[in-house]
Amino acid sequence: MATALLAGCSAKSGGVVVGSNNFPESNLLADIYGEALKAKGIDVTYKPNIGSRETTYGLLKNGSVAVLPEYNGALLAYLDPKATPKSAEETTAAIKAKLASKLTLLDPSSAQDKDTLAVNAETARKYHLTARSSAADLKAVAKDLVIGGSPEFQTRQQGLVGLKSVYGLDFKSFKALDAGGTLTQTALAKNDVQVADIFSTDPTIAKEKFVVLKDPQNLFGFQNVQPVVSKTALPKKGVAALNAVSAKLDTATLLDLDTQVQLQHKDPLDVAKAWLKSAGLD
Amino acid sequence: MNVLNLVHAFFGDGAHWHGYDGIPTRLAEHIGYSLEALLIAAVIGLPVGLVTGHYGRGGNALALIATAGRALPSFGLLVLMVLWIGLGLLPVMIPLVVLAVPPILVTTYEAVRTVDPSPVDAARGMGMSEARVLFRVEVPVALPLILSGLRTAAVQIISTATIAAYVGLGGLGRYIIDGLYQRDYEKVVGGAALVAGLALVTLLLFWAAARVTVSRGVRRST
Amino acid sequence: MNGFFDLPSDLQYSYLGLVGLHLREALIPVLAGLIVALPIAQLCARFRWIYPPVLGLTTVLYSIPSLAFFVVLIDYFGQSETTVMIPLAVYSLVVLVPGIVDGVRSVPQETLAAAEAMGFGPLRRYLQVQLPIAAPAIIAGLRVAVISSLSLVSVGMLIGNQGALGNMLYDANTYHRPALAVNSVLTTAVLGVLADALLVLVRRLLTPWMPRKGAR
Repeated sequence: MATALLAGCSAKSGGVVVGSNNFPESNLLADIYGEALKAKGIDVTYKPNIGSRETTYGLLKNGSVAVLPEYNGALLAYLDPKATPKSAEETTAAIKAKLASKLTLLDPSSAQDKDTLAVNAETARKYHLTARSSAADLKAVAKDLVIGGSPEFQTRQQGLVGLKSVYGLDFKSFKALDAGGTLTQTALAKNDVQVADIFSTDPTIAKEKFVVLKDPQNLFGFQNVQPVVSKTALPKKGVAALNAVSAKLDTATLLDLDTQVQLQHKDPLDVAKAWLKSAGLD
Repeated sequence: MNVLNLVHAFFGDGAHWHGYDGIPTRLAEHIGYSLEALLIAAVIGLPVGLVTGHYGRGGNALALIATAGRALPSFGLLVLMVLWIGLGLLPVMIPLVVLAVPPILVTTYEAVRTVDPSPVDAARGMGMSEARVLFRVEVPVALPLILSGLRTAAVQIISTATIAAYVGLGGLGRYIIDGLYQRDYEKVVGGAALVAGLALVTLLLFWAAARVTVSRGVRRST
Repeated sequence: MNGFFDLPSDLQYSYLGLVGLHLREALIPVLAGLIVALPIAQLCARFRWIYPPVLGLTTVLYSIPSLAFFVVLIDYFGQSETTVMIPLAVYSLVVLVPGIVDGVRSVPQETLAAAEAMGFGPLRRYLQVQLPIAAPAIIAGLRVAVISSLSLVSVGMLIGNQGALGNMLYDANTYHRPALAVNSVLTTAVLGVLADALLVLVRRLLTPWMPRKGAR
């Protein structure tokens, strides 16, 4: 017991703090970026499962977290709900204009993971929805459907707010679950909800035959993985290391890595290390 | 941040008073979950406590069960049940009942066991059956303590039922969990105030129930 | 890698490390609660009019859900162990005060008078007479406080993995590994039962004159 107590006391601190939001892909990305920093001899501390962006952005601003894997469109929608960028570059520029002065964005990766509106197979059959259908096609039937998503989805522009103002969708009710995690996946699969906010790189889409609706108005925007970092906490070689990771990361890779973690139950740190090695970044 | 201002803002916002996320709905849901859990726990705890207390046996076994029940973490049990059973009310009821049974069980047992033996013996001497001894003599005397066990259980359930929101259910926990993720302290504090208020009302109800149901003779002697 | 005691990397602790962390996050608050509860209870026993308002206030505090407490404290102490420990200390305090008040009040006047006659000062009388006689009541309170504190630490998971063994619950959910949740729940329960047994033992050692039987 005494050794256990001592071990408990040796909480890690110091080094560059790499944080992540409360969903598995964010944790995986934090491991990937964090291990890339370690490979360059930089001391890293992880702070996983912090919470939603509403919380993590505050921690970035006050310096408790130095590196956070972000999704550029979602970050912009948080900073400026009215922005309607036409490209990934515009998104980056718009974020940089709004970002707290202590923070900066590094290069975007080509890997995208969007929030999407997905319906389960049963709902798709009932309302004749296919992969060619769009969110707008729900307009007439939304009043009969329960939508699920993270608690923060309820108040976000890229959430219920935007779905109503952009597509005129007024759902029967909203069921607060988690950020594209097990609860949301299960609730949609079991028809506890008929529509849900599912991440586009979610391996369960294929497994459960969810139908992802198109987003012609681009409400969910461009969602490239892009690290937000504190300007002072990260040395130059660290910036280079993170940009090198983003240059190699693409959507197919991300989906593959997510599948390894979420469906094959591999440890995210092992998956991160193996990928960095295969990409020659270790 | 001034907590009172937040409470005022929360209750002053008209949007919080209607719809599926309005205070009346969430309050009704919370009361529903709590009553159901308390009812199940009472159905389990009261008979067992009454019978074991009446015969004065099994105290050690009860203490062990009660300790084990209290040691099981409610939040952990909830997550585990959702993983095993899936979403719904059942995985929420299980941890709430596990939480509520120990105080009901142990207090009822103690209450009945410690009833003054002389009137009990007199009742037996008058030829009363064991069941009549229990319900006509022991329970009326033990009632204040039995009610206090139910009261403890009820207050714990009300405060803990907030975890239902973590697995997509409603209730007042909705405001607390949503407020955490939306970083909306108004909701968190408003939700907590509603829970505390509900707990206080419950205490008052139990106090009133004790005044109404406890016989005057017993009240004078305690 | 998926052995019962092998934890995912993002927990950042070994199994025993989490156990140690859990004990620390749960027990320090109980100790703090006890230290504050003793003088408050003494005041309540001495000046009876204080007791009802104190009891009312503590009842209200006790009914505030732990998560709400945590969230409000994040602004002051960040997502930290301190944020988790402060509410737990408050709950411990609430559980302990009534027990200690009853215990201290249960000391007969004659006993106190006898102690005074033997030349005991107030402090000595408190430490050597009142406290030992109140010991069973204090320990009964500690049993409730320790077990509920151990159980509540897990909720800290929701504020950025500050829930020690509770953090396993997040991973159990995220990585579809129910075994992690089983581990978390069982370990917490075992810690609770062990701590409870330990306190019963302490009570027996401290109060050899007490009968050994009884449900509580």
